[in-house]
Amino acid sequence: MTDHDLALRAVKLRRRFLRLIVDAGAGHTGGGLSSMDILQVLYRRVLRVTPDTVKDPNRDRFVQSKGHCVEALYTVLADCGYFEEAALETVCHYQSPFVGHPTRKIRGIEVNTGALGHGLPIAVGMALTARMDEAPTRVFTLMGDGELAEGSNWEAAQAASHYRLDRLVAILDHNRLQITGKTRDVMSNEPLADKWRAFGWHVCPVDGHDYAALTEALTAPPPEGQPLCIIAETVKGKGISFMENVGKWHHGVPSPAEFAQAMVELDAADAALSKEVSA
Amino acid sequence: MFTTEAQAMIARLGLKKGRANLEVFADTLQELATADRNIIAVTSDSRGSGKLGPYGQALPKQIVEVGIAEQNLVGITAGLALSGKKSFGVSPGCFLTARSLEQIKNDVCYSNAPAVLVGISSGVSYGALGSTHHSLHDFAVLRAINNLTIIAPADNLETRAAVRYAAAAKRPVFLRFGKAAMYDLHATDPVLNEGRALTLRDGNDVAFIANGETVVHALLAAEALAAVGINARVLSLPTIKPLDTAAVLAAARECRALITVEEHSVHGGLGEAVASAVLSAGVSVPFRIVGMPDEDTVTGAQADIFGHYGISMEGLRDLAQNLLRGNSKG
Repeated sequence: MTDHDLALRAVKLRRRFLRLIVDAGAGHTGGGLSSMDILQVLYRRVLRVTPDTVKDPNRDRFVQSKGHCVEALYTVLADCGYFEEAALETVCHYQSPFVGHPTRKIRGIEVNTGALGHGLPIAVGMALTARMDEAPTRVFTLMGDGELAEGSNWEAAQAASHYRLDRLVAILDHNRLQITGKTRDVMSNEPLADKWRAFGWHVCPVDGHDYAALTEALTAPPPEGQPLCIIAETVKGKGISFMENVGKWHHGVPSPAEFAQAMVELDAADAALSKEVSA
Repeated sequence: MFTTEAQAMIARLGLKKGRANLEVFADTLQELATADRNIIAVTSDSRGSGKLGPYGQALPKQIVEVGIAEQNLVGITAGLALSGKKSFGVSPGCFLTARSLEQIKNDVCYSNAPAVLVGISSGVSYGALGSTHHSLHDFAVLRAINNLTIIAPADNLETRAAVRYAAAAKRPVFLRFGKAAMYDLHATDPVLNEGRALTLRDGNDVAFIANGETVVHALLAAEALAAVGINARVLSLPTIKPLDTAAVLAAARECRALITVEEHSVHGGLGEAVASAVLSAGVSVPFRIVGMPDEDTVTGAQADIFGHYGISMEGLRDLAQNLLRGNSKG
């Protein structure tokens, strides 16, 4: 799948994602849109796992530490064939297995998350298993920047470098906003890259919406003996003009008019991308 | 730990003094791990407290040290379990079940990670070190979390059975151990895999339902009561959840009084679990919960604290007599 194919697919995914949020009447819109491209690259190009190999002990593992952005994960998993797309209509509905945060009841999801600061310690445990078993497994976790205020992350960051877990990758969805406002105002995490380096990690900054750059960062040979932190610079609400970098879309649900406006923008993006091909 | 009178009773019953349950846990785990390289112990600077020094020396590839970081201990233990290991997260009960409660709830129980969490030096094992080091809340908070088997063994034999059960379990298990040397209460290895109560003594006047390191005191009290013509039943309930409701209800229906005994707050532990089962079945019986009251726990060694709150042969004997006499103060 070319970068252009992914870009076209991303438009479709964003349509489906917003429809899901409207159907559910709830969801984390801004962070889902900021992490969508990362998730697509992971599932389309990086993770050595398919719907048929979810029990393979040697598969790569993905832990969505920022569990609140599960709607984006559901959308990508459905697109990759882990379950029927129609299931997305049931998210958060009465008795649906599709809860508003990840659970192992859904094919392809490795662990139940949603409370912040939990994914990295779990990923460290999984990476230790891979080390003990001399398995080819790589373990990836996706974290939010607001989430970094949780101290448990730093316990795990320390353990990852202590054990030289070079098959462990923490991806930071660095959209710089959280529910109350700008992360730098709520609880600054700067100097971000220096912090991870001080904890012994190799840090790789990348444009979180650039498929080629993400692919390169996520597939490059891991630095020997060092865990890898990919700081993905992203835009909260990416792809919908009136949602981009606007705090209220953290968990805003579009009104019918807003939804219609978003679809117009995505149709225009689709047309522009299609034109690129034919040109 | 025991009065002269209680020691005489121990001698009369021929109870053999064993080791600390914690030591038996460590030996049993090492034995199992030697045969199964998938068993991994995870410690938070706690391998000494957990008696896992020899384990660590014998099986260095099967122990993960996380430093003093209990949240990380439980997260890593869950991650190991979710990727195919049989992991045992070992840390003092006071820290494990308070500081990392959210990790226990989400990473282990909600995620159904087949991990074992081991609360070492639980209850008031650390005695005079004070409330920071006591875990008198663990039954209460863990009972309220879905998908966790909770086991507090009374002696070395129950401990061995509990560790083997936990190692074979496909779902989360919590084990609670103290560090005092325990008397053997069973003649043969008990079977724990049904979560059943273990009857140590039969009788129909009063029933003691106890768990963990308090059970021996209930047994001694029962023998002391026999001397004054009162036949006491003694049930060891190593598994507090799931509760052996049938055994509890049989005791409530067949005995004239019921007394629960635990090294835990009187709130939310064994006593309230038993009370709930009895009341829900519509059974009415004179009833007392013996445990730590809702106050700053008195300073002292475990034995002092037990004696202070009536967890002793004499305290339980007197309570049973008063309850049977209809004394409302018990």
